[in-house]
Amino acid sequence: MAYKIIASQCTSCSACEAECPNVAISEKGGTFVINPKKCTECIGYFDVPQCVAVCPVDNTCVIDTGYPRYQAAG
Amino acid sequence: MHASTTQDGAAGRLVTIDAVMQQVAEHKGCGTQGGSGKASCGSAAGQGDLPTEIWEKVKNHPCYSEEAHHHYARMHVAVAPACNIQCNYCNRKYDCANESRPGVVSERLTPEQAARKVLAVASTIPQMTVLGIAGPGDPLANPAKTFKTFELISQTAPDIKLCLSTNGLALPDHVDTIARYNVDHVTITINMVDPEVGAKIYPWVYWNHKRYTGVEAARLLTERQLRGLEMLTERGILCKVNSVMIPGVNDRHLVEVNRAVKSRGAFLHNIMPLISAPEHGTVFGLTGQRGPTAQELKALQDDCEGEMNMMRHCRQCRADAVGLLGEDRSAEFTTEKIMEMEVDYDLEGRQAYQARVEEERVAKVAAKQEELATLAGAQSDITLLVAVATKGSGLINEHFGHAKEFQVYELSTAGAKFVGHRRVDLYCQGGFGDEDSLQTVIRAINDCHAVFVAKIGGCPKADLLGAGIEPVDQYAHEFIEKSAIAWFKGYLGKVAAGELVHTPRGDAAIRQGALIVAA
Ligand code: SF4
Ligand code: SF4
Ligand code: SF4
Repeated sequence: MAYKIIASQCTSCSACEAECPNVAISEKGGTFVINPKKCTECIGYFDVPQCVAVCPVDNTCVIDTGYPRYQAAG
Repeated sequence: MHASTTQDGAAGRLVTIDAVMQQVAEHKGCGTQGGSGKASCGSAAGQGDLPTEIWEKVKNHPCYSEEAHHHYARMHVAVAPACNIQCNYCNRKYDCANESRPGVVSERLTPEQAARKVLAVASTIPQMTVLGIAGPGDPLANPAKTFKTFELISQTAPDIKLCLSTNGLALPDHVDTIARYNVDHVTITINMVDPEVGAKIYPWVYWNHKRYTGVEAARLLTERQLRGLEMLTERGILCKVNSVMIPGVNDRHLVEVNRAVKSRGAFLHNIMPLISAPEHGTVFGLTGQRGPTAQELKALQDDCEGEMNMMRHCRQCRADAVGLLGEDRSAEFTTEKIMEMEVDYDLEGRQAYQARVEEERVAKVAAKQEELATLAGAQSDITLLVAVATKGSGLINEHFGHAKEFQVYELSTAGAKFVGHRRVDLYCQGGFGDEDSLQTVIRAINDCHAVFVAKIGGCPKADLLGAGIEPVDQYAHEFIEKSAIAWFKGYLGKVAAGELVHTPRGDAAIRQGALIVAA
């Protein structure tokens, strides 16, 4: 799985962009989006997903169940 | 490029900073704070007994010097939208309520756009001497964008003072960079020094890759705020503290905050009213947490003034405001317009202009001193408030019906002292066509005995008199303080002669909303 941003709730504050260890987040059409190919759910970096921890709007950065659970390499 | 100058300055200042802060804390005078009650101040056009080195730093800073805010302009640019804490008075769809108010959106700029905007504005408005980075968001939660903006501006416009406002969480990590960029004014918003109080204001903070909540979050925040404050004052960087007064949550506690920040060398303490309405969508707005009344705010500011300098002229301007305090010309400088503007940065022209402003200020202070001298010997316990309609330059030069705000002065035999301002802009946009807007103005200045204006129509005049507020237009286009003192002398005379009975006035309302350009 990867995380995704619910666009209708995103305030475009950009806080998540700077915190993502995988540079998976970028601005697109006024709000921010997560590139699911780059997102590791922060596994291997931090205990909690950084985008979730920093986002001012609860339940805006959420698990995208459309992707399989990320497996840490090795 | 700034490292060496900063270092020199810092080293020079370090030696004396304790002595200086001591004097600053004791200074209750004319120049930088609250107008003046003291007959002894002000031969140097407002410097009073402030040390020259501090005076140099604050004299042209409209946010720090009550006297300068009549003459000089500041601008804010919004380059830092991200934030690392959550405040119950903030809905981050809008600007940071730390420095501005909820419910207003500032235009977000890249550092390059921001630098260009600053140059365009400074070339058009020679009084523009201060650039600030504040909300929405926290400048130090966006250090790359913030410092890039400072770097670009210091390269092209070295005469512009840089300042920033922060919630303080990340401050200790950035103090050295702040010193390197020659930022000489930092504002920290400190609403509590007790984590139990803080837990009612801050649901969480994001620090060191984790989200902390409750008392733990507030403890982390207060520790880092106070450490940051100490580190800045150790390096000779001027620090102002902003506090949002939230009745029933931190109102009495702010006296303790005042003591804590004073002992750590803060130069000014600015207590702002909570601005909260359900439509702002903030936690406090939704829970019905009210803001303070004008009297409650003034009482708290008075309590703290015994402790240190209070800043009463802060208007909680929006983060991308341009202009003199109380004025916003940002509509002239949208990104689209500045990108097309021919920008010619004329350093000499700016300096010549500013020299003229200095002359004006000297004249104003001299006039006040003269008038004050005639009051010498007068004995009376009467203290009262008056409202003034002004467009700046320290003159009574605004038409009653056009005033977007009124400045409030406290008059006593000690003189005229600026104690705050009342915004009424939302209500006067259509002039005084409708009754309601006039009633709103009366509510906003209801604690005043008189209102000084350049001009006023017959109808509002009668209504003001009916409400017990005397409209005064005989001092049109004259200096505020001189005129107010002259009027007060007359008032005391009438009371003494038995023509008039002095009665105290009621409380006034603080307007809930943003300072915006009249449409
Ligand atoms: S979960 Fe971590 S890796 Fe994934 S987008 Fe959020 S911050 Fe980036
Ligand atoms: S932190 Fe949340 S609100 Fe801010 S840009 Fe990211 S997803 Fe949007
Ligand atoms: S610091 Fe400013 S932007 Fe951040 S949550 Fe508080 S009020 Fe909002």
